[in-house]
Amino acid sequence: MNSFFEGISKAVALIFNLDAELLQIILLSLRVSGSALMIATILAVPTAGLLGLKRFHGRGAVISVLNTFMGLPPVVVGLFVYLLLSRSGPMGFLALLYSPTAMIIAQIILSYPIVASLCHTAIVSVDPIVKQASMVLGATPFQVSLTVINEARYGIMSAVIAGFGRVTAEVGAVMMVGGNIAGFTRVMTTTIALETDKGNFELALALGIILLALSLAINLVLRVVQKKGNLRAET
Amino acid sequence: MSLRLKAAGLYKSYNGKTVIADCSFVLQEGRTYALMGPNGCGKSTLLRICALIEEPDQGEITYLSGDVAVQKDMALRRRITLVLPRIGAFNTSVFKNVAYGLQVRGLPRDAIRNKVLEALDMVGLGHKKGQNALTLSSGETQRLGIARAMVIEPEILFLDEPTASIDRKNSEIIEGIIQGMKKEGRSMVVITTHDMTQAERLADVLMVMDEGKIKENLRRVSEAP
Repeated sequence: MNSFFEGISKAVALIFNLDAELLQIILLSLRVSGSALMIATILAVPTAGLLGLKRFHGRGAVISVLNTFMGLPPVVVGLFVYLLLSRSGPMGFLALLYSPTAMIIAQIILSYPIVASLCHTAIVSVDPIVKQASMVLGATPFQVSLTVINEARYGIMSAVIAGFGRVTAEVGAVMMVGGNIAGFTRVMTTTIALETDKGNFELALALGIILLALSLAINLVLRVVQKKGNLRAET
Repeated sequence: MSLRLKAAGLYKSYNGKTVIADCSFVLQEGRTYALMGPNGCGKSTLLRICALIEEPDQGEITYLSGDVAVQKDMALRRRITLVLPRIGAFNTSVFKNVAYGLQVRGLPRDAIRNKVLEALDMVGLGHKKGQNALTLSSGETQRLGIARAMVIEPEILFLDEPTASIDRKNSEIIEGIIQGMKKEGRSMVVITTHDMTQAERLADVLMVMDEGKIKENLRRVSEAP
């Protein structure tokens, strides 16, 4: 019990002293997850718009696949990206394995279905009257689509936040394709796993506290966003 | 040149239920029409077809400028507008709601600002320009719908029950705006209403609709300007 509280107090000290190693790990985590999420969102919003606003052959199948892939096991994604980027793999010539880029690719694959699927739900939830109102006010079909997507913006923000929560908490895929190399591919979750194995609880606990704080912040933002988005339902 | 509207042999069904059946009529420029009829007789569907946001199953809507048929393209759609019974306010400020129709037309920012403020003052919402449109009362929302339509200065304005379910004060404001448009005589206005006295107050021509078509007893209430 004593070592637990001792660990916590040392972890807090590490945080408040802005330990260089800790800071480097946090920044890399945010860079990898932020980049992955940004790319996933850029790909996911148009996908969701297309699925939510257009009717085409195979649309239902695409939605089913996206919904299924929301629960992709990270280790399966890690294995897939590993095989893809390993020297003998189809993209081995890029020499990206065990690099932050490989970790970003894995996190894009993990977050894209979540963001796309939740964005799709947000877009189809927009009151159809908005589309009609946009049309009667003289919007082109493209402007109508943008208007509907804009009306779904709080749902889209919720989707992005949910995606961020997923990638920051993920450990399996980034461990497999990043290799957990100190100072290069070591992120918060992989460090926690490694330092726990080594019995070095201070750093692991410090990162755990930061991850929890991040999760809390994400949930608070999500709450605010959802409250704003619920305005239509309340009126 | 102002627009006239000619509808010939319109039919529209939803899930096998015929809503519009063999509906034909002509609407002249600069006049105000009141379209009346029982619930479910097809008034709203007819307005949506006339406003080109819905296609008839059969028949044709033709917009005429003089005697020449106008092509049904984006340019024509931007000369007409429809205020829906639920206006479909966007989840943004009152100002941005009214500015929308001008923004999609690519007007410069300064021109948009002036026109929007003028339209908001006209409907008495100038003091609420920064407020989120979804927090307005039902009467204010309806006035917002009118402002959104008025700001784009349509040649034809369709109003689908603009005063239903709002109080008398808001109803009078909206009627005042329609009367103003009528006096100017620049736009054709078509309003659906269940209120006979309102129809007589506002319209040059009363059209009674039943079972999906305009009944033959079209009645001139007053001379058109």
